[in-house]
Amino acid sequence: MLEIRGLAKTYGSGDTVVQALRDITFSIGEGELVCVVGPSGCGKTTLLKCIAGLLRPSRGEVVLHGSPVTSPPEEMAVVFQEYNRSLMPWSTVRNNVLLPLRHKSLAKAERTRLVEEALAAVGLTRFIDHYPWQLSGGMQQRVAIARALAYQPLILLMDEPFASVDAQTRGDLEDLVLRVHEEFGITILFVTHDIDESVYLSHRIVVLTHAPTVVKEIVGVDLPTPRDQLETKELPEFAHLRAYVYRLIKRDRSAPSGVDAPSTLVGEGLLD
Amino acid sequence: MSRRRAEALKLATEIAVPIAIVLVWEAWARSADSQFWPPPSTIAQEFRDLWLFAQFRSDVIPSLMRILFGFAIGSAIGVAVGLPLGLSLWARKFAMPHVEYWRAMPPPALLPISVILLHSIGNLQKITFIAFFCTFPVLLNTIDGVRALDPTLVDTARAYGVPVRERIRRIVLPAAFPQISAGMRTSLSLAVIVMVVAEYFSSTSGVGYVLLISKNTFQLVPMWAAIVLIGVIGYLLNLAYMMVEHRLLAWHRGWRAATPL
Repeated sequence: MLEIRGLAKTYGSGDTVVQALRDITFSIGEGELVCVVGPSGCGKTTLLKCIAGLLRPSRGEVVLHGSPVTSPPEEMAVVFQEYNRSLMPWSTVRNNVLLPLRHKSLAKAERTRLVEEALAAVGLTRFIDHYPWQLSGGMQQRVAIARALAYQPLILLMDEPFASVDAQTRGDLEDLVLRVHEEFGITILFVTHDIDESVYLSHRIVVLTHAPTVVKEIVGVDLPTPRDQLETKELPEFAHLRAYVYRLIKRDRSAPSGVDAPSTLVGEGLLD
Repeated sequence: MSRRRAEALKLATEIAVPIAIVLVWEAWARSADSQFWPPPSTIAQEFRDLWLFAQFRSDVIPSLMRILFGFAIGSAIGVAVGLPLGLSLWARKFAMPHVEYWRAMPPPALLPISVILLHSIGNLQKITFIAFFCTFPVLLNTIDGVRALDPTLVDTARAYGVPVRERIRRIVLPAAFPQISAGMRTSLSLAVIVMVVAEYFSSTSGVGYVLLISKNTFQLVPMWAAIVLIGVIGYLLNLAYMMVEHRLLAWHRGWRAATPL
């Protein structure tokens, strides 16, 4: 349903040009959960913003259901890494989730239902009238996920959503993503730098190289479902896949495949 | 010392010190017996007779009304003009030299021309004049507040297809409001200053006008009563504004306290 074809993104011009993405091609099928994993500073966020239609690629295209993405498509929802900055601190949890629904032509009762269902799905019904900053980091990110669900997207993009929560919360949120994927039948593109997370969550892993970034390899994950934080991670296949992806990224680090620009030029702050 | 005792002591200090100052002034003024420095009790008597009864309707109400209308209109214009300037670099390039020029203008410099252009020394001229000077603090703070908008919120709104009008209403204005509000507080005290200036130089009513008449007739007691009233107006308006702001920006305090920066 989603195809990324020959995507490239260059920042700046002349002597200070930085090529973030060189040539990215992969596709995601209906109902798939695909993780994109790569070393820090490889331009994962740039890639996600191009796919979301928030950033115009320098070359190549993103095609959703056969039509090229030039602006944020209605079928797509995004969850950003910085939950404390993507939620509105002046609005309650309810109004934050309501934000993307206000301009849709829905009856008021329907809107209310969508908001309440989405918050129930992430287990925050009790906190509907709280402000986001009254909640913990993990709960705030659940509000952001609820907002995405209420929008009823066909595809959900997640940009390192759990990078700034603690390990236990992170496990819970990963399971929440798996459950939501199952229950709502949404296609999910999940960007992360965490190899364990990518193996645990996905059907396929798109492994990226250092900048200027290309797809290093697409790794199929045929771990049994439903996944479980303990049982799945104890499987020898899990350890094997984890090590395999780790080597792919590490080998890339010792012998950069990108030759156009030294990777040190690409600061993490610039691209992430 | 317990917390409650500390709080009580703080409150007592806040009340006791002004009372002590007034008492010392009273004692000193009585012994000095100068016509320039009437004792506070005499001023208080005059204050009551003048402001609370005789001239409340004829002078206090007009002054207050001019402040409030001038402040409200100036703030509205400040936000309405500041918003597009904050959003657009080109609008700023175009408008900022003009904004910087006019905001540097001292209010008395424009007083004569305002009387002539508006054919008025009444409410129209007073309110327009006050509104003009109240615009700038709000305008500049609105620009800063809008420019400081978090890019992640903009991306969020774009990703969810939130239309521009909704974005401004639900995101840009609330996000900028803490700063807009700081500008409005500056404007409110500016409104009191400009009110006095405008009424002192060209008026037939108002607190500033009473100030002028008492100077011309060399009556020191009403003059002191007017000074006290102007101080009280400024103090109470600021207090009222802070109470409103405290309610409206409850989210901001909570958010700031919860967000390590």
